Amino acid sequence: MATNVVPPDHEGRKALDSVVIRFAGDSGDGMQLTGTQFTQSTALMGNDLATFPDFPAEIRAPAGTTFGVSAFQINFASFDIQTPGDDPDVLVAMNPAALKVHLKDVPKGGTVILNTDAFSDRNIARAGYTANPLKDGTLDNYVLVAIEINKLTNAAVADIGVSSKEATRCKNFWALGLMCWMYDRDRQPTVEWVNQRFGKLPKIAEANIAAMNAGHAYGETVEMPSGIEAYVVPRAKVMPGTYRAVTGTEAAAWGLVAGAKKAGLELFLGSYPITPASALLHTLTNLKPYGVTTFQAEDEIAAVCSAIGASYTGKLGITSSSGPGIALKTEAIGLAFITELPLVVVNSQRGGPSTGLPTKTEQSDLYQAVYGRNADSPLPVVASATPGDCYETAIEAVRIAVKYMTPVMFLTDGYLANAAEPWEIPDADAIAEFPVEFRTETEGFHPYLRDEKTLARNWAVPGTPGLMHRLGGIEKDYDSGHISYDSDNHHRMTKIRAAKVDGIANDIPAQKVAAGEDKGSLAVVGWGSTFGAINQAVGRCIKDGVRVSHIHIRHIWPMPANLGELLSQFDQVIVPEMNNGQLVNVLRAKYLVPAESITQITGQPFKVSTLEREIRSRVKG
Amino acid sequence: MNVETPVELLKPADYASDQEVRWCPGCGDYAIIKGVHNTLADLQIPLEKLVFFSGIGCAARFPYYMASYGFHTIHGRAPALATGAKLANPDLDIWVVMGDGDALSIGGNHTMHAIRRNVDLNLLLFNNEIYGLTKGQYSPTSQLGTRSPSTPQGSVDSPLNALSLALGAGARFVARTFDTNLKHMPIVLKAAHAHKGASLVEIIQNCIVYNDGVFDGWTGKSVVADNSITVENGQPLIFGKERNKGLAKSDDGFGIQVVTIGENGVTEADILVHDETNKILAMMLADMNQPDFPVALGVLYNNPGKPYDEAVHEQLAEVRAANPPGTLNEMLRKGRTWTIAEGE
Repeated sequence: MATNVVPPDHEGRKALDSVVIRFAGDSGDGMQLTGTQFTQSTALMGNDLATFPDFPAEIRAPAGTTFGVSAFQINFASFDIQTPGDDPDVLVAMNPAALKVHLKDVPKGGTVILNTDAFSDRNIARAGYTANPLKDGTLDNYVLVAIEINKLTNAAVADIGVSSKEATRCKNFWALGLMCWMYDRDRQPTVEWVNQRFGKLPKIAEANIAAMNAGHAYGETVEMPSGIEAYVVPRAKVMPGTYRAVTGTEAAAWGLVAGAKKAGLELFLGSYPITPASALLHTLTNLKPYGVTTFQAEDEIAAVCSAIGASYTGKLGITSSSGPGIALKTEAIGLAFITELPLVVVNSQRGGPSTGLPTKTEQSDLYQAVYGRNADSPLPVVASATPGDCYETAIEAVRIAVKYMTPVMFLTDGYLANAAEPWEIPDADAIAEFPVEFRTETEGFHPYLRDEKTLARNWAVPGTPGLMHRLGGIEKDYDSGHISYDSDNHHRMTKIRAAKVDGIANDIPAQKVAAGEDKGSLAVVGWGSTFGAINQAVGRCIKDGVRVSHIHIRHIWPMPANLGELLSQFDQVIVPEMNNGQLVNVLRAKYLVPAESITQITGQPFKVSTLEREIRSRVKG
Repeated sequence: MNVETPVELLKPADYASDQEVRWCPGCGDYAIIKGVHNTLADLQIPLEKLVFFSGIGCAARFPYYMASYGFHTIHGRAPALATGAKLANPDLDIWVVMGDGDALSIGGNHTMHAIRRNVDLNLLLFNNEIYGLTKGQYSPTSQLGTRSPSTPQGSVDSPLNALSLALGAGARFVARTFDTNLKHMPIVLKAAHAHKGASLVEIIQNCIVYNDGVFDGWTGKSVVADNSITVENGQPLIFGKERNKGLAKSDDGFGIQVVTIGENGVTEADILVHDETNKILAMMLADMNQPDFPVALGVLYNNPGKPYDEAVHEQLAEVRAANPPGTLNEMLRKGRTWTIAEGE
């Protein structure tokens, strides 16, 4: 439904350009939900926004522990923003552990809103404090709002008839209500959501709404400490159009469906649950009406194999996982590569190696995507820049897979998968179709007949009369498609498979700069979800007269044909990555450029300020 | 060229590809492929509807020698590929050829899940109790004490019984035959094909190079009648050259025993009648082994349930009927959106 934005009531409110809020609490406190609801309201208010959900691997870690703290950061503004923000202006801490973990990120003078009811001696000790931080001066340099949120929540819902446990669980909605008051957010979208979510439990719905309203009323009536007032963040000036809030997972799912439609194929997803990729399985299984079949396989290997089996019969086979799962799929991806069947492999990257940091973001599977198979088996690799960009990247992955009859690696990451941003909904009809034509002509057929231009083999699917043939992992004869152990033939086939993938470089857009000029002192080259932070850092430096450019690479393999030439126009090249240096080495190997690596492997996105420092230390304005 | 022209009535030879067969001379696989060709010709399955999937191993070369569609995949994973193919196109007639290492060792997980899901696949397990293609290592079905390049002093781990495992995983069709049992094989294969859902057929196969004669004790011409029993639904479980031996309830009533009709007061009325829907009986038959029992051949269990692929497509049809698909633009605009007008 399209909702018209009601102009906020500006009366008595102080206008702010942008705000960064971080909600933090126990993993059972509902912080992700609070953040998501606040995000929806903020999107509907017409602000630009970016979010960063940051949660532990444990579903319900022991209450009150620092490792069980779950956080959700949102940056919203009256101007165009690209990252969830560096440091929070406001920290909402629902317990001592949340304060312990996140206070260090709040700049001095920042606002800290605390639920004092959670500050029992036991919880304080559990969080690792030796003294009560409310009393020992820890919070002296902050604007402190200490509220008995449990008590106020319980009072607000007392007449509804829910248990005291259920009442206390509404405290996140109380906090949400307070923040809605503070930043003039509309509560109605949340009311609607709660009624839908708890439709069968009307008392729970009523309690949550009552708690939210109580939090809001508290803001309106109670005198806040000096430094706190009611604010308004005017709507951002954005291009006219229809918008929605979107996560990378949703955008990727829609893009895959759109790609399949453009190819004229039904979509088959074979997947096995893994964090943070599972959400794509959940999203796609709810898109069944759009020609989607999903299959939760017994393991990662069966997941990719089932997708290859589906592709073999003429569907668009897709498999989705994260690094460790992709590792398990590797042998089967090689099979799809040698049998030259289309397949999209989605990797929502996470911190690694091995189990690593399953809920944290990282972009350390670039080597795995580009190089990570036995033998000579190059694959096209594409990576998304923003949550919304996952849509277009997914369509591009499908286009390459079906046009070139090859598996394609589609890289997103934990940040993109979970983060939300406002997205101008594109016109799906504006994207050109790329319909697949299955082979039906029997005359002159063999399974490895190639298109002269793309070098893709023809696709004949089981069920087609007269085109029975055998595929398999054994090398095939160039001229007949039969098994061949001939050494010269293997050389030739290896070369033709590589040439096919290399040729894709001529079928993708030329590399452009995302900011700055196409020559100069310094190029900051990035890929994947670092786009926003790099773009913003480069943009700020350019404003100050620094000669710096931003090059963002979507096609990791093959790279755009002009990339080497473009890089050679810069005196210095730096490559910030959330890994220990991967793209940087691919660039160095391919173009012999003295690119320098900037690494951050903390499981957290880059801060704009960090990148700005790196730029300014190399080029003076 | 890799093209076959369909003919009016398909003969067994029409199911063979033009590729030279490269199994060792005397390999049991030759007999099996002949049995498969005969079966397919009897069933007149159109070549274009027929797909053979295989994994890795000697048996896995099977699709290359078939004139149908075929996919020689990777070790152990054929059931997973076949599952995807069957879900994607339920009209296909899909057969999966696996070896014992392929199906029960590296691919044990996929075999188990294809069976428990009851995907409509014909799973043929060529069991020669050895790794042939890698030159003779012992396999998960090798008898205790098997000497091989990797177990020079003899294997010390217990072998797996494929049919018991399948029944444990919830199989709804299990059968057994052996390579040179040419008359019997098409009967079993046809029953497997007729069964909608996962059908597991264990085909005992002699590896002439690395495990020659390991089944001779019960498949040999002179002993097969006494040391195996071919079960048939509704028929008494009688075997032996003289047709005077049979399977009866054990004295404690919880198992089965071999009895001789005419000895110790045993009459034909004491002999159990095979009921292919009786899972307990099937499990006892599957477990029987030499020297105490005859090896059971034939359809041990056949009790159809809804195939997975059918259930998946029913659910898809229901969801699609209740939620007619819109355009892509409608999909992208479903849920909460907002519009910024010109000049705002």
